[in-house]
Amino acid sequence: MSAPRLSADRARCIGAGMCAMTAPDVFDQDPDEGLVLLLHAEPPAAHRTAARMAVGVCPSGAIALHEPQPGDLA
Amino acid sequence: MNETPHTVTTLPAERRPGCPFDPPAELLDARRHGPLSRCTHPGGKPGWLVTGYDTARAVLADPRFSSRKDLMNVVDFELPPAPPGEFLLMDEPEHSRYRKPLVGKFTVRRMRMLTERIERITAERLDAMEAAGPPTDLVTAFAKPIPTIVICEILGVPYEDRASFQEQIDAFMGGEVSDEELIAAYTATQEYLARLVAAKRARPTDDVLSELTDSDLTDEELRGISLILLAAGFDTTANMLSLGTYALLRNPEQLAALRADPSLTDGAVEELLRYLSVAKTFHRTALEDVELDGRTIEAGTTLVLSYHTANRDPGRFADPHALDVRRQAAGHLAFGHGIHQCLGQQLARVEMRVAFRALIDRFPTLRLAVPPEEVVLRPEAADIFGVKSLPVTWDAP
Repeated sequence: MSAPRLSADRARCIGAGMCAMTAPDVFDQDPDEGLVLLLHAEPPAAHRTAARMAVGVCPSGAIALHEPQPGDLA
Repeated sequence: MNETPHTVTTLPAERRPGCPFDPPAELLDARRHGPLSRCTHPGGKPGWLVTGYDTARAVLADPRFSSRKDLMNVVDFELPPAPPGEFLLMDEPEHSRYRKPLVGKFTVRRMRMLTERIERITAERLDAMEAAGPPTDLVTAFAKPIPTIVICEILGVPYEDRASFQEQIDAFMGGEVSDEELIAAYTATQEYLARLVAAKRARPTDDVLSELTDSDLTDEELRGISLILLAAGFDTTANMLSLGTYALLRNPEQLAALRADPSLTDGAVEELLRYLSVAKTFHRTALEDVELDGRTIEAGTTLVLSYHTANRDPGRFADPHALDVRRQAAGHLAFGHGIHQCLGQQLARVEMRVAFRALIDRFPTLRLAVPPEEVVLRPEAADIFGVKSLPVTWDAP
């Protein structure tokens, strides 16, 4: 079974910082542009709830969590 | 959906007496009929009112709904475009041209680095309150000076200019002066900011405005940006601190819980943001015919989004009219949603976390100095809701 995978689109990001605030172990903002940095594309289980919340509160739809589908090959 | 939509006829609707923290009854009633109602704008034009959480979020995330000031269809004369730099009232690509250079200056990490400085500013205000003794007006003694000093430091307003600068912005933000005085204060602030931008360009200092002179933005644009940072960063936080303290004093069991457990502070700030939503309404205008919740929003029609009512949507927040500092309030719309979501929200959070915590720790017996019905509220027509003054007292040692 494969793990859920995150993606971040810096072109859509507006740098509100909601992801870095909500899931600081998974997301950061780069110090110059303030845009999203993905620290863990496959977040460990302990950080998945926070990562899901971060996706839910992102104002610009710049981050997404791709849950593995039942038919996916591991 | 074929039945005639619910119609709200009087905007701005007024809050019910004795319910200073709740949206006006007419808006709550509209939300019970559905997330979208017809309305008449205060300027007389027909429009739509959004009171549902999901619908408000959908509109704010949809580029077919414009923020442009010159497209706003609320009065029967044409509004001018937003002045250079005032990107809140612009769409892409103009909006990003202004917002992008600012984003890196307001990150979570950079704002947290201001914590100690904001703690010192807060402690100085509390020391002054203690030295003067009770009672005091919390608005002038605490809620206004903290965000004012912080935004002055971010813009690099020299120390010796701050008193006169604060007088000017008080006059044009307070809504308590005549039109002539308002225009005079606005003009004086514009002139001051123009001089400040020129001074930072000539001799940069350690502040955000000086850093921005290093971008391709013109002096006129930097003046507009400074004005927007000032307008967005001062009145909002000041009213959250005073109205938030009032709300906590009126919910003593919540205040007691927060006082007893400092780990509740961050969540309490989110809950106060949700519950009070002092920046209560924003506008969007349809660029084309848009289907929304089974209705057609005609091109050129302006929607009013009641963030406050959307943040009380029982479909999103259980028991929404209760102030509950232990609630998971994340996802609230107090800072908006979509590409215009508040640039300074991480600064506002640090200011509120520090200031609420320090206030309740310093004065364990803090209470209203007048009966609650004598606390004077801002009129509903003001952009930002709040109290005009908040007389408080405490047991001096």
